[in-house]
Amino acid sequence: MTKPASRLAPSLLLLGVIALSAGCGAVGWDWDTKMTTVIPKSDFGRMTHDIFMLISWWTLGIFILVEAGLVYACWRFRDRPGAPIPKQVHGHTILEVSWTIAFAAILVIFAVPTVRVIFKTQEAPAATDLRVDVVGRQWWWEFRYPGQGVVTANEAHIPVGQTVAFHLHGPDVIHSFWVPQLGGKRDVVPGRVNRVTLTPEVPGEYIGQCAEYCGMSHANMRFRVIVHAKGDWEQWVAAQKAPPVDPKEELAQKGKEIFSQSACMGCHTIAGTSAGILGPNLTHFGSRKTFGGASMMSTPENLAKWVENPGHMKPGVLMPNLGMREEQSKALAAYLLSLK
Amino acid sequence: MATHAAFMPGIKKEVAYTGVWSWITTVDHKRIGILYGVTAFIFFVMGGIEALIMRAQLARPDSNLVSAQTFNELFTMHGTTMVFLAIMPLSAAFFNFMIPLQIGARDVAFPRLNALSYWIFLCGGLFINSSFLFAAAPDGGWFGYATLTTRQFSPGHSIDFWMLGLQILGIASMLAGFNFIVTIVNMRAPGMTLMRMPVFIWMSLVVQFLVVLAFPAITVALILLMFDRFFGTLFFAPAAGADPLLWQHLFWIFGHPEVYILILPAMGIVSEVLPTFARKPLFGAPVVIYSGIMIGFFGFGVWSHHMFSVGMGPVADAAFSIATMLIAVPTGVKILNWISTLWGGSIRFTCALLFSLGFIAMFTMGGLSGVMHASPPVDLQQTDTYFVVAHFHYVLFGGSIFGLFSGFYYWWPKMTGRLLDERLGKVHFWLMMLGFNMTFFPQHYLGLIGMPRRIYTYAGDLGWNFWNMVSSIGAFIIALSILMFIVNVFKTRRSGQVAGPDPWDARTLEWAIPSPPPIYNFAAIPTVHGRDELWLQKHGDGHGGAPTPRPATPTAQEIAAIHMPPPSYWPILLALALTFMLSGLLISTYQIIAGGLLVLYCMFKFALEYHRSAQETH
Amino acid sequence: MASHDAHAAAGAHAVHHDPNIGTTGLDNRKVGMWIFLGSDCMFFGSLIGTYLSYKGKSVGGPGPHDVFNIPLTSESAAVLLLSSLTMVLALAALEKSDHKWTGRWLLATALLGAHFVGNQVYEFYTFAVHDGLRLSTNLFGSTFFTLTGFHGAHVTGGVIWLMGLWWQLKRGRLNKSDYTKVEIAGLYWHFVDIVWIAIFTIIYLIP
Repeated sequence: MTKPASRLAPSLLLLGVIALSAGCGAVGWDWDTKMTTVIPKSDFGRMTHDIFMLISWWTLGIFILVEAGLVYACWRFRDRPGAPIPKQVHGHTILEVSWTIAFAAILVIFAVPTVRVIFKTQEAPAATDLRVDVVGRQWWWEFRYPGQGVVTANEAHIPVGQTVAFHLHGPDVIHSFWVPQLGGKRDVVPGRVNRVTLTPEVPGEYIGQCAEYCGMSHANMRFRVIVHAKGDWEQWVAAQKAPPVDPKEELAQKGKEIFSQSACMGCHTIAGTSAGILGPNLTHFGSRKTFGGASMMSTPENLAKWVENPGHMKPGVLMPNLGMREEQSKALAAYLLSLK
Repeated sequence: MATHAAFMPGIKKEVAYTGVWSWITTVDHKRIGILYGVTAFIFFVMGGIEALIMRAQLARPDSNLVSAQTFNELFTMHGTTMVFLAIMPLSAAFFNFMIPLQIGARDVAFPRLNALSYWIFLCGGLFINSSFLFAAAPDGGWFGYATLTTRQFSPGHSIDFWMLGLQILGIASMLAGFNFIVTIVNMRAPGMTLMRMPVFIWMSLVVQFLVVLAFPAITVALILLMFDRFFGTLFFAPAAGADPLLWQHLFWIFGHPEVYILILPAMGIVSEVLPTFARKPLFGAPVVIYSGIMIGFFGFGVWSHHMFSVGMGPVADAAFSIATMLIAVPTGVKILNWISTLWGGSIRFTCALLFSLGFIAMFTMGGLSGVMHASPPVDLQQTDTYFVVAHFHYVLFGGSIFGLFSGFYYWWPKMTGRLLDERLGKVHFWLMMLGFNMTFFPQHYLGLIGMPRRIYTYAGDLGWNFWNMVSSIGAFIIALSILMFIVNVFKTRRSGQVAGPDPWDARTLEWAIPSPPPIYNFAAIPTVHGRDELWLQKHGDGHGGAPTPRPATPTAQEIAAIHMPPPSYWPILLALALTFMLSGLLISTYQIIAGGLLVLYCMFKFALEYHRSAQETH
Repeated sequence: MASHDAHAAAGAHAVHHDPNIGTTGLDNRKVGMWIFLGSDCMFFGSLIGTYLSYKGKSVGGPGPHDVFNIPLTSESAAVLLLSSLTMVLALAALEKSDHKWTGRWLLATALLGAHFVGNQVYEFYTFAVHDGLRLSTNLFGSTFFTLTGFHGAHVTGGVIWLMGLWWQLKRGRLNKSDYTKVEIAGLYWHFVDIVWIAIFTIIYLIP
């Protein structure tokens, strides 16, 4: 049926493909990217990563052994013309028992640290933990600091070396709170409060994203976690607690005027001006780099376009189109950016 | 050829075996198998096109090839189609055609019920896809989590189409499950003890038990969702004290056995193909059988490994983690049994064997990434990312689909009388291997660097761009390979090499009869002396025993005395009535009532179709 | 020789051989019914599980012990148990080809079943109109009506089935050779009865 030479070729080709992929892996795959899970920056991330590496090495070894065994068997026992019917071996009990036990033993090696880390990472919170209440809504994140009296949106700030307990809840559908560089995800489930406790170990700005499909703009439900170096976080808290600065520049003053007279006030809070709770707290909007579920950068152009027609930039967004004209949108954008 | 009617004596009808009407009224398991196969393949291509559009969108960052809404519908329908309308019915094609043949029976236990299952499946598949015509394609994901799928967050009919479609499909699957269990348990040829059954039959038996015991859970979940959406119940209303996680528990109590329903048929096929082309029996067949049973049983105890991120608490997390690792053992050692089957054999590299080898290679990879998911801390970084997407495509495509193609190349000559072209088949195989690995291997990397799943687009500065493009190109190569298969099918329909009864020098009973088999399968029901009965007849047991005697050639009189069940139009009518009744939920209560009465009428006609009249005595 | 063995098995036609009896010595339809009942166990198990997981979690609205009429439901349970007895008697009569009593016992079973459903309709009506408990009132309403409603639907289906058998008997189209058909109806009926015992105990009796 098949010619002798072409039987070897497929096996070689397969080996070649695997080798090529492995080679690509070594060269073309950068692991130090903005949302990587394999360069952990917190204790939670590190404990997870250690188990991941343990399992990875063992599974790589099993993979090589099994695939090599398969390829070798195909090559060595290929049909030769005139070959007799091979010996009809039905099994080998000792061999089968042995490899079953071996496999089970390897799994025990995975199970032990797994159970240990499960319990370690879900320990009861301590009194010294910094509590951050996370409210996940379609399609943005609210962060409340009950101990500090701060409410903000889409960008959470925490101090390095401090254990933080994120308390997760939400009023609509299931979302998932995930900052890959800081550790694994935990779902926001309506009707209950879940908790993620971790201690960040490296200052920096980390990107997070909702990781449970939650409707139209699930892809746009992102956020950031900024880990401050020692001493800096308190300054951020102080700035957030301070009352909003009055706009100095004329366009921004115009924007404040428009804000105070429009429906914006019904959904948004700007301390001293409005008290709406359906949308993000805008009191210190200007101190944030992103908006719209951290899916857009806070530039005057982006903000103006957003105010004029939010649905155009974020499908399904719950913020209505208020029919703002272009110059009104620009003014509002200037006002928002002035709220440092 | 016997054209007399019925297991019921005394009823004679002239029966036509050509034409559309003969297909609509067929109760022949072989024809029903072909109907399943063709229908499922069309749905498979549809699901594939849905995937291609998604991959086209994701090839570049910040793309707007399709809208967010369309993309969300595409991944929902792709998953639903591939699971319920492609893999399951492709497996059903083989269950239907091969189970009676491999156990030495003339048909399944309930031939009209068998036809009914097919027509209900077709109606369900058409129903759920008709949602595209009403601009209401489902968009809640293939596992439809509450509270997103409640009326409040999914107004409109998208979820209703999904929910009703799945209920219809569930009925089809369960009816087939009852049928095949009774067939395998109660219609085996004399001498075929349970341990002498082919491994494909064993895997099929476990699958059918999984179907009949797991589908009720999703049936209940869908009923609860339907009641919330239509009758104002509060099953998934947190404000009323309900827990959205109830949906997830019920769904995954079904969903985990479902993944074994998806993989075990392919494992059964591979367990037939490897021994044939290595010319050796399956290594450790009893162990492979017992591990299949264990997987089926323990598969009901691991469902919450799909829920490690929901906050069940450390005890539940740890318990399900350990259970999941335990179940990896019987799943994994099978691979060593298969490689050992090849070891010491005399391997012929036909296309059927190549696809089985591909199965082993790819399923190993998918299984190993699955072991990673068994550890909750690790899983919390991988679940809902492209890493898990890679995992399940390696087991479902690299596993199930490769296994099913192996079955196609293997059993095609038996079903059609002609062999598929081996050269075209090899092009298909290598293109598919290349395309498949190109599409899904990089997705492990994408998941590990943070790309979540079910996102219609992504930012360009996260390092995801290049490998998304590679993955998308791979998807189109897969499509090309499927095209090769379709070309092969059409090319060999008329001009393919004639196969004869046993083109592969195979081992099991289906190869003892002509290709394609006559309607009655076996002119004389065989007596079975061991597993691989045909091999025993041809070559003996290889340990010095003489070949077992071949059955005597039956006489024309014996053949003429065979009665096969006549065709019937009640299966299709009952299926249509059922669909009419259930779709009334979207239209009007009167339709539900009228449909219900119609269903009752059709059920009685179906049940009494061959009941004798008052005049007959027995 | 081989083909003679083969004749004794499934599929081949032989006089006095019932093609429905298979490898296990059991009728295909009986095996099928047992498998179906196993599946239905999982169905009711999921509904009972749902009820139990939401027990005590209702926000407002009447609770179980505000509304349950235990005497009425006990009578329902007794009626259904009695109907299982009449079902057994119907089968016994059929075995002896006593068509008169087969018909009477079948009818009795169906009527007792109908009485059960009637009790349930009355109970639902009372809850909805007098106690203000509906599907949408609270979790108890949702879970209770769904679970017991599906059971009642199963009983109704059984009543229709039994009436169908009774009608066939009346038209002279049912006799001892149809024993298995009536037997599987009986199996279904006993199952529905047992599920009621479970529901009655778990939902009504246990505080």
